[in-house]
Amino acid sequence: MKTIAAIATAQAAAGIGIVRISGDRAIEIADKVFVTASGEKLSSRSGYSAALGDVYDGKTKIDKAIALLFRAPKSYTGENVVELSGHGGPYVMSRILRAVLNAGAEPASPGEFTKRAFLNGKLDLSEAEAVMSVIGAKGEAGHKAALNALLGHTSKKISELAAKLTKICAHLAVWADYPEEDIKELSEESLIASLTTIKTDLFNLINSFDAGKAVIDGIETVIAGKPNVGKSTLLNLLSGSEKAIVTPHAGTTRDIIEETVRIGNVTLKLADTAGIHENISSEIEEIGVKRAVLRMERAPFVIIVLEAVNELTKSEEELLRKAAEKKVLVAINKTDLGVKLDVNKVKRYTENIVYISAKSGEGLQELISAAESILGTADFDSSEPILITERQRKLVKTAYECVSEALEAIKMGMTRDAVNISLDGAVNALLELTGERASEAVVDELFKSFCVGK
Amino acid sequence: MEYFAGEYDVAVIGAGHAGIEAALAAARLNVKTIVFTINLDWIGLLACNPSIGGTSKGHLVREIDALGGEMGKAADKTLIQSRMLNTGKGPAVRSLRAQIDRVLYTKYMKLALESQKNLDLMQAEITELKKEKSGLYRLKTKLECVYTAKCVIIATGTFLGGKNYIGEVVFDSGPDGMFPSIELSKSIKDLNISLRRFKTGTPPRINADSVDFSQLEEQRGDENITPFSFGTKEKLKNYASCHITYTNENTKQIILDNLNRSPLYSHKIEGIGTRYCPSIEDKIVRFSEKERHQVFIEPCGLDTKELYLQGLSSSLPVDVQKDILKSVKGLENARVMRHAYAIEYDCTNPMCLKPTLEFLDFEGLYGAGQFNGSSGYEEAAAQGLIAGINAARKVQNKKDVILPRSSSYIGTLIDDLVTKGCMDPYRMMTSRSEYRLILRQDNADLRLTETGYNLGLVSEKRLLAVKEKEKAIKREIKRAKKTAIPPSHELNELLISRGTAPLETGAKLFELIKRPQLDYECLLPFDKERPDLPPEVIEQAEIEIKYEGYIKRQQADIAEAARLEKKRLPDDIDYKSITGLRLEAAEKLSKIRPSSVGQASRISGVSPADISVILIYLRKR
Repeated sequence: MKTIAAIATAQAAAGIGIVRISGDRAIEIADKVFVTASGEKLSSRSGYSAALGDVYDGKTKIDKAIALLFRAPKSYTGENVVELSGHGGPYVMSRILRAVLNAGAEPASPGEFTKRAFLNGKLDLSEAEAVMSVIGAKGEAGHKAALNALLGHTSKKISELAAKLTKICAHLAVWADYPEEDIKELSEESLIASLTTIKTDLFNLINSFDAGKAVIDGIETVIAGKPNVGKSTLLNLLSGSEKAIVTPHAGTTRDIIEETVRIGNVTLKLADTAGIHENISSEIEEIGVKRAVLRMERAPFVIIVLEAVNELTKSEEELLRKAAEKKVLVAINKTDLGVKLDVNKVKRYTENIVYISAKSGEGLQELISAAESILGTADFDSSEPILITERQRKLVKTAYECVSEALEAIKMGMTRDAVNISLDGAVNALLELTGERASEAVVDELFKSFCVGK
Repeated sequence: MEYFAGEYDVAVIGAGHAGIEAALAAARLNVKTIVFTINLDWIGLLACNPSIGGTSKGHLVREIDALGGEMGKAADKTLIQSRMLNTGKGPAVRSLRAQIDRVLYTKYMKLALESQKNLDLMQAEITELKKEKSGLYRLKTKLECVYTAKCVIIATGTFLGGKNYIGEVVFDSGPDGMFPSIELSKSIKDLNISLRRFKTGTPPRINADSVDFSQLEEQRGDENITPFSFGTKEKLKNYASCHITYTNENTKQIILDNLNRSPLYSHKIEGIGTRYCPSIEDKIVRFSEKERHQVFIEPCGLDTKELYLQGLSSSLPVDVQKDILKSVKGLENARVMRHAYAIEYDCTNPMCLKPTLEFLDFEGLYGAGQFNGSSGYEEAAAQGLIAGINAARKVQNKKDVILPRSSSYIGTLIDDLVTKGCMDPYRMMTSRSEYRLILRQDNADLRLTETGYNLGLVSEKRLLAVKEKEKAIKREIKRAKKTAIPPSHELNELLISRGTAPLETGAKLFELIKRPQLDYECLLPFDKERPDLPPEVIEQAEIEIKYEGYIKRQQADIAEAARLEKKRLPDDIDYKSITGLRLEAAEKLSKIRPSSVGQASRISGVSPADISVILIYLRKR
C-alpha cells in the first residue's frame, strides 16, 4: 500500500493545522522532512509519542511543528501514522504537505484515510454504510473539484503535452505494430529534440505550481439567484467596489464576475453569476446561465440571494434543492421593502438564513459571521483544491521523470520498446486526472494519424 | 421430421480458428464434445491472408501453444515461409509471422479434429439454438437433427448473417462462396441476445503467371526459422517468397472516380468496418495526402499459383478492381482468380460476456472469435481456447479459468473485449499491453506452460523441460553476476568498435551484457568459463539482464494490480443499492458485472472513490 498524505484539518479554522501521513513508509517520510529538536529520529521512537522540531522542504525551513507518532496497528488508520501539527494557517499547511509529497508520499484520494481505517478493522462493521456515503460524497466533490481544475490554464498545458507525447507514442507503436508497412522510423535526432522540448515544458510547469495558490485564491463561492435580485450589489458590497454592472434591468450580468474577499479567517473567491430564471430572453444569456449552473455545481460554497418582497419561485426552489447538497447560505435581500417570502419554505432546505439589504449594507455583519461559522466547521473540507493541485503537480513530476528516463535510454542506445515503456508512463501520468489510459489514447491516435492495415 | 441425434457435454458451432481450439480443448479435458461446420472441406479456413502470426498475433500463437492449443503446431507443419519481425526494435515487439499453405493447413486441422478422442466432427448448419427448462441447450440442424448440450460455444465467424458486397452486387453468403448461416441469427436474437453488424473484407486473388516479378521487391524468409510451437524440434524450411509493390496516383484517381459505386460510400453497408484492415478505398479517402499505398503479395500455397494481395481489400465493382490492378506496377497484366469482396456479419457486444467468455445472462453459453467482435485468426483461436477450457470445466463443476492481463496477451485481449467492448472489429496490438516487456513471445512457455499443465492440456514432459530451462536461465544469470571479466587490449578494442566505453578495471559479465551495444555472442572470447548453453537459455538470460530495470518495475506494477485482481466480485451484487456509489458507476457496473475489483477499476466511468466504496461494501457483506 502506498503511503498517503493530506491536510487533515479544516482550512478555514487557520491558527493550527495538521498534515497527516499514513502508510508503511510514513515514519521514514516524516524523518525526511522533520528534524526533531533533540536530533533523535522519529524512526527510533516508540508509538504514542510527540516530538518538537522543524519542518523542512529540502533545505528551506517552513515551520516549527509537533510530530505525533503512531505505530501500526495502534493508529486511526491502523497503519504507521505521523501527524505534523504546524502553527501556520492554510498557506503554511500546503507548504508542509508539498514537502511531505516531495519526500515520497502520495496525495490521499478522497476519503482514503477513512477507507484504510475501515479496511484495517479500525471502524465497526456497522459504520460501513456511513463510511461509504462519506467516501461517495467526498469522491463526488473531489471529482467536481478535479473537473474544475481541468478548466484552468495549467490543465490546458498538461493536455497539450499529453497530446504531444501521445503522438510520439503512436508513431513508435505503429512502427512496431506494422513493420510491413512503409512507416518511417522516428529518427534519434528528432525523437531527442521533441522529447527535450517536452521535458523543458514539463520542468517549467512543475515550477509554476504555486504551493499556496489554492489557499490564496480562496474558497470558490458562487452567488446565485434569479435575475435582478441583488447579487451584483451583494458582491460589490462584500468587495467594496463597483465591479459588476448593477442596473435594474434583469440579466445584466452575463459573464461571471469574480472577486476575492477576505472574511475573518476565510478567503472567498466570489463569483457573481447571471440570474437563474425560466424565461431566458437571449442566447447569450442562456450561455451565461448554463455557466452559472455549472459553476454552482462545482463550488463548495453557495450564497443564494432571494427577494423578501416576492414569493419563492419554482426555479428558486430548484436552486435551493441543488445547493442544499453543499454548504449554502441564504441571503434574503431587500428587507427594507417588506417581507412577503415564506421563510418556512426555505427552511426545508437550510437553516442558514440571514436578512440583508444589500443596497443599504444592513445585515452585512450577520452575513459575514454566518459564512464564517459555516466554513469554520471541521467537516468543511476546503483542502480539496490544494490536494488536487498537489496531485496534478505530482503527476507532472512523474511525467517529467519518465521523459527524462526515456531520453537517457535513447542516448544509451536502448531499444525503442523500452523507451516506449517510459513514455507510456509519462502519458499515463498526464492523463490520470481525466481518467483516460495511455494504451487507448495511443491506439486511437495511431489510427487517426497513420494509414495502416491490410 | 425432427430426429434426436445425440447428447453432448459441449457443442461448438463453427470449426474456424476459434471453434477448432474450443473443440479440441474441451475434448482434451475429457468432456463429450461435438463441433459443427457448414463445410467439412474447409476446417480452419484462412479466409483472408494466407499467413499466421504477425506483431502481437505471433505472441498469441505462442501463448496458445504454451497452453496446449493446436494453432502453433499446425502453422509449423504447414508454413512455406517464416520471418521474425522487428528483430531490431526490441524483444517486446519481436513477433513471428509465417506464410501458410492454406490447403495443407485445413487438411492438418481436419485430421486433428478427426483424431481427437471425445470429439465428433459434423458437417451441419445449426439453424436453431434454444435453452430448455432442464438448463440444457437444444441445437437443431437444417436437416432437423436435434442435439442437446450442457454448454454451447458460438464461434460462427463471418458466416452468421453473412452478406457479401462487390460493387452493386449484394448477396447472402459466407466467406469464399460458402453457405451463410442466416436462420441461426434469428434464433440467437430470440434468446434476447442483441446482435450488431460488423464488416470486413478481402482483396482480389490473382494468378502468379500473370505477374511481372522482375518489377517487384522480393521478401525472403529467415535463414534460421524460429518455430511457433515450443514443441517443434525439427528444422523448418522456406519454400516461397513474398513480394512488395505500391499503388500510385493513377490508382488513386481510378478509385476516386468510382467511389459512388462502392457500397461502403453509397451507404449500402450498415456494418461497422475495421480500422485495423481498411479497404483500399477507405485508405485513399481517409489519407488523401498519401501518394502510395503498399501492396504485399503473398503466395496462397505451394500447389497453387493463386496470390493474395494484402493492401487491396475492396468492395468496388469487378471492373474497377481490374482497372486498379492494371494501374499497379508488376500487376498490369494480372489475371484475377477471385474478386475482392466485403463481408458483413452478425456479432455480439462482448461487454455482455464474462472474462470466461460465458454470457452473463446465459449459463453455459459462450462466444468466441469474430462473433465476439474481434478480428484475426489468432485472436479467434485464443478466445476459442479459453471458451473451450471454461465450458469443459463448467461441465465438470470446476472453477473458472481467467487469465489476468498481466499473464498474457490472451488475458489482455479478453479483458479489453469484455471490459471496454469494441466499436469496430478488435485487433491485438503490442501497444495494448501495458506489461509488454514481460509478456514477450520468447517467454510464452515460461509464463504459461505450468497453467496449461495444471489444466490438463500440457504433458508432464513438456512442463519438466520448461522447469529445466527456467533453472538454467537462473543459473546463468547468477553466473553472469559473479563472473569478472578482466580488462584487456582485445576487449577494449571490441568495446570501442561497438561504440561503448572501454574498461580500466575489471567488470562483471552482468554489467557488460547490460550495455545495449554488447551481447552474449560478442563477449564469448572473453568469457572463458562459459558453459555450453542452449540458445534459448542465452536469449532469456540476455533479455532479463539487459532489461532488468524495466522488468522489475513492470513486475512491481503487476504485484500492485494483483491486489485488486484477486478480489472477486460476486455475480449477484445489486450495484444500484450500494450507498455512496455514483449513479454513472452503478449503471456501468450493473451492465458489465465485472468478475474482479481489478476489472471494475478498468471500466471507464468508475472512479477510484467508487472502487473504495466497493471494497468497503465487500468487507461488510
